[in-house]
Amino acid sequence: MFENFMAWIDKRLPVTDAWNKHLAQYPAPKNFNFWYFFGSLAMLVLVNQILTGIWLTMNYEPSGDGAFASIEYIMRDVDYGWLLRYMHSTGASAFFVVVYLHMFRGLIYGSYQKPRELLWIFGMLIFLVLMAEAFMGYLLPWGNMSYWGAQVIISLFGAIPVVGEDLATWIKGDYVISGATLNRFFALHVIALPLVLVVLVFLHILALHEVGSNNPEGTDIKKPKGSVKEEDKSKFEFHEAYTKKYDIVDAVPFHPYYSVKDIMGVAGFLILFCWVMFFHPEGGGYFIEAPNFEPANGLKTPEHIAPVWYFGPFYTILRVVPDKLLGTLAMFAAIGVLFALPWFDRSTVKSFRFRSKLHLFNIVQFAICFIALGILGTLPASDLANLIGRIASLGYFGFFVAIWFYSKNEKTKPVPERVTK
Amino acid sequence: MKKFVLVLLATLMPALAMAAGPSVPVDPAGNDLADKESLKRGFRSYINYCLACHQLQYQRYNRTFADLGIDEKDGKENWMYTGEKVGDHITNTMPAKEAANWFGAAPPDLTLETRFRSPDWVYTYLRSFYVDEARPFGVNNTVFKDVGMPHVLQNLQGTRTLDANGNLTKAVGGSMTEAEYDAFVRDLTNFLEYVSEPNKLERKSLGYWVIGFLVVFFILSYFLKKEYWKDVH
Repeated sequence: MFENFMAWIDKRLPVTDAWNKHLAQYPAPKNFNFWYFFGSLAMLVLVNQILTGIWLTMNYEPSGDGAFASIEYIMRDVDYGWLLRYMHSTGASAFFVVVYLHMFRGLIYGSYQKPRELLWIFGMLIFLVLMAEAFMGYLLPWGNMSYWGAQVIISLFGAIPVVGEDLATWIKGDYVISGATLNRFFALHVIALPLVLVVLVFLHILALHEVGSNNPEGTDIKKPKGSVKEEDKSKFEFHEAYTKKYDIVDAVPFHPYYSVKDIMGVAGFLILFCWVMFFHPEGGGYFIEAPNFEPANGLKTPEHIAPVWYFGPFYTILRVVPDKLLGTLAMFAAIGVLFALPWFDRSTVKSFRFRSKLHLFNIVQFAICFIALGILGTLPASDLANLIGRIASLGYFGFFVAIWFYSKNEKTKPVPERVTK
Repeated sequence: MKKFVLVLLATLMPALAMAAGPSVPVDPAGNDLADKESLKRGFRSYINYCLACHQLQYQRYNRTFADLGIDEKDGKENWMYTGEKVGDHITNTMPAKEAANWFGAAPPDLTLETRFRSPDWVYTYLRSFYVDEARPFGVNNTVFKDVGMPHVLQNLQGTRTLDANGNLTKAVGGSMTEAEYDAFVRDLTNFLEYVSEPNKLERKSLGYWVIGFLVVFFILSYFLKKEYWKDVH
């Protein structure tokens, strides 16, 4: 019965073939470690954001007069509205946690290198759109930090020579941030950007499956056809899209091996996620900032305007540059250099495991600088904070400059032909 | 390299210490949201002393009755004085514009005050008024400098002054002892914490079940994964 039904479908739409090609017979390296959980977790959080977002929209009122009260209506009068809201607000921060870890995985194992440059760029576009999505979403509760945070970021566009002020007004749809701004941010947050995000995620995965997954050792699991002895080939059956051109080694089908493993990852992640959501939904004032429990007020600036934690690193880079325009440029450059990482790194060895001590040091200093920038972004500015911020900014950009120089003739260890464990 | 990390961490430490910011030291309120009698006393005090100026515009009467274990009929007769319906929000009739003239700023809505300021802040604030003739209402506050609000609880607490070192003296002339007044303010703070998030207790109790389930699920999924991966290793 079911087989007949699937046969009928398959004649008209290659569902079974797609299932096999992308899941049941997709060759994934067998040595994925802890770092490889975060891709599937990012998908999980995306689905969570979309679903809870839909239900929040049912009771949210996108207007300057009604937005703040409608959030409290959701928190009090809508059945389990508080749960939906916290799932969404905690999900926003969780999204950046998993995405940052996912990006760091790509960084240490060289997953951005040839032939995965486009895959990396799609990922970076996702990151960029995600930041826009989060920024616009943060205005919607219409709390005072929503208001002033948006004020600070939108005013950055005013730094652009000649057209800046007009551009800022155009973005706001008003001379000040107002209900008009809220309404357009709402439209972008719930329709435009999520659509773009979903399309980009689709392309990200398609590009991944075209070139195949990297792994912690950076070895290639696809060998030229006929170069591998029969007993060395992976014993599993893979889709002919992969086996036609290559002999596959050291791989397992994504489903069921990584689907069951990712379910375990999901369970572990959800324990942490739910612990925050049920017991510390404000995330210590970092996920929901205290001034946001006061309605937006254009006449009352919060004592200390701090962006949400995930914007911290880029906000610090903006802030430590004394000139507003240069600061804005530096901030965008900080994201821009990430896009160009596949071309900054000229090494052909992917994983840090087989690269030089210098490269390891560079990665570690980059990570420390990034975290330091993030911490500083949530703190009030001071001379000391600015000094540390400048050093950390140098470390951030220095990573890319340094890698360009040393990667060309880097002293690397030989990469094993096969996955070693 | 370890050295480098240590140096960086050491330089970051002062920056981290600033995270707390220039906030005022506050006393712990010691709230207990499960103590319904305390919440009821706090609700009663709120109606008597606060509501005339400060609304709870996002909180409804009937929700409060239900959560505090007050019978709706009893609530209508003994907890509502201005003829609203039980489904109405807890509001007053003070005109905001004129209130801004009277006090310098309109008295804020307090539904979310403990989430905005923290319960400990509210608890400390209400106990920290002192005599300051330079202010319009003759009082100032060590937690909220030059606050526009008069000390409406002065009859209960009595008056405090600042001594030569800028510390608050013991209150004199109030109808309550210090311990009684602290308990009074604690009930009020407790009630305000409840109002700021009426689902807080439910949220936590549900959380234990969810996490309990997830831990079991995690263990099962671990063994499932192990079973499958037997063929690979």
